Amino acid sequence: MATPIHTSIAALKAREKLSNEEILRYSRHLIMPEVGMEGQLKLKAAKVLLIGTGGLGAPLGLYLAAAGIGKLGLVDFDVVDFTNLQRQVTFGTSDVGKAKSEAARARLSNLNPDIEIEAFETKLTSENAPELLKDFDIIVDGTDNFPTRYLVNDACILLGKPNVYGSIFRFEGQITVFGMPDGPCYRCLYPEPPPPGLVPSCAEGGVLGVLPGIVGSIQAMETIKLILGRGRNLTGRLLLFDALEMAFSEVKLRKNPNCPLCGENRTIHKLIDYNEFCGVRGEEAPTPDLKVPEITPRQLKVRLERGDRLFILDVREPHEYQICNLRGHLIPLGELPRRVHELDSSQEIVAHCRSGKRSAEAVEFLRKAGFRKVHNLKGGILAWSDEVDSSMPKY
Amino acid sequence: MSVKVMIPTPLRPHADGKAAVEFQAKSVAEALDQLTAQYADLKKHLFTEEGSLRSFINVYVNGEDIRYLAQENTPTKDGDTIKIIPSIAGGSVTPTTTENPFGEVLQN
Repeated sequence: MATPIHTSIAALKAREKLSNEEILRYSRHLIMPEVGMEGQLKLKAAKVLLIGTGGLGAPLGLYLAAAGIGKLGLVDFDVVDFTNLQRQVTFGTSDVGKAKSEAARARLSNLNPDIEIEAFETKLTSENAPELLKDFDIIVDGTDNFPTRYLVNDACILLGKPNVYGSIFRFEGQITVFGMPDGPCYRCLYPEPPPPGLVPSCAEGGVLGVLPGIVGSIQAMETIKLILGRGRNLTGRLLLFDALEMAFSEVKLRKNPNCPLCGENRTIHKLIDYNEFCGVRGEEAPTPDLKVPEITPRQLKVRLERGDRLFILDVREPHEYQICNLRGHLIPLGELPRRVHELDSSQEIVAHCRSGKRSAEAVEFLRKAGFRKVHNLKGGILAWSDEVDSSMPKY
Repeated sequence: MSVKVMIPTPLRPHADGKAAVEFQAKSVAEALDQLTAQYADLKKHLFTEEGSLRSFINVYVNGEDIRYLAQENTPTKDGDTIKIIPSIAGGSVTPTTTENPFGEVLQN
């Protein structure tokens, strides 16, 4: 049985007809009985807001524009950089340095000039969310952080909008639809965000470029099904995708009767400060005591050239060492406690990582372990590349 | 009474990279006890210092949330699958700026 569709979507009425050009463009939809002229006109009448035009937003934008969604809103405050191109396939190399929302708007307009596309070059906040969301029928969450995800969820519930949710991490994806009548919301699933920095490790970041392509495509499919009112959508189910195992599975998602946002005795009636909501639970990674002794890249260079005997300790992961290195002795931060015997406390040590954060922790650890002559390379490899050797790749 | 425990990608580095481990267990608690005994590193990710499951970790037995069953006392039988599903937030994670195994992006 099809899930009851949301009132705002059910109210979608075909107001226009298709031009002959549009009929040709959408012919592969029109000849499907499940879409047909009626469905295509619903797509044309629909207004969908994409929060985020990054990894998930790329396939979302491309497929929704191609499908003929009448109005697409694109919210992003970010600027295209080189590291985005590995997965954010809306953007080309020539877009680097441009605002993402505008670069995406230009690309999608080229793909489909018959639809209306509005770029909002702004960060979604509690202040602007109600105004931004109110004119759209469906909100698609393609963001990348917990505060914005809770904000999108809360705004959708308070405004009565469906929220097509997708998130990814490394090889894993989670997809569902929140905010449908009688359906659960994000807070029913996870009442609170995790405390970031539980196990800090830059090396655990990263995402395989295809993964957001797959997850964002599933979100696009769910969005289109919601508009068409066809099939069974993901309301009440969390679809899990494991790309390494190449396995899909799902778990049941229930509406929590005690949910503070959508439960019977809800306590949240307006948008809150989401950085604080996540922050009080430690949004900032537990920043190590940054008062550890530091050495700047330039100082290090001078001392190395002078022939000072310095022991360079690289606390990154082996795969990062392969990208670039300062020919230091590699002991990943996580292995430092059990490999500390490899170090000589009588020697002067300079610890470094990519940005200086992990190595600050290493220095702090070593000082507590009794090392006295140990410094943190300020700004890490990134600063070394900026200040000393521009041939050093940044990643 | 073999029960399969599925480990999500973010936590696999703390479980020798394994995607699934099997245990003889009559309940979720028994299975998780054995899991964290075998991989001590996992314990702090799954449980608070007081020993309760963290609020951003959901556990499912055969696809059903244990919060709607008998929590950690939920019985398990031969062939059951326990899934551990952490909250992840990634969407356009910039490689190497993620400081947290669950996908929170922190610029560093």
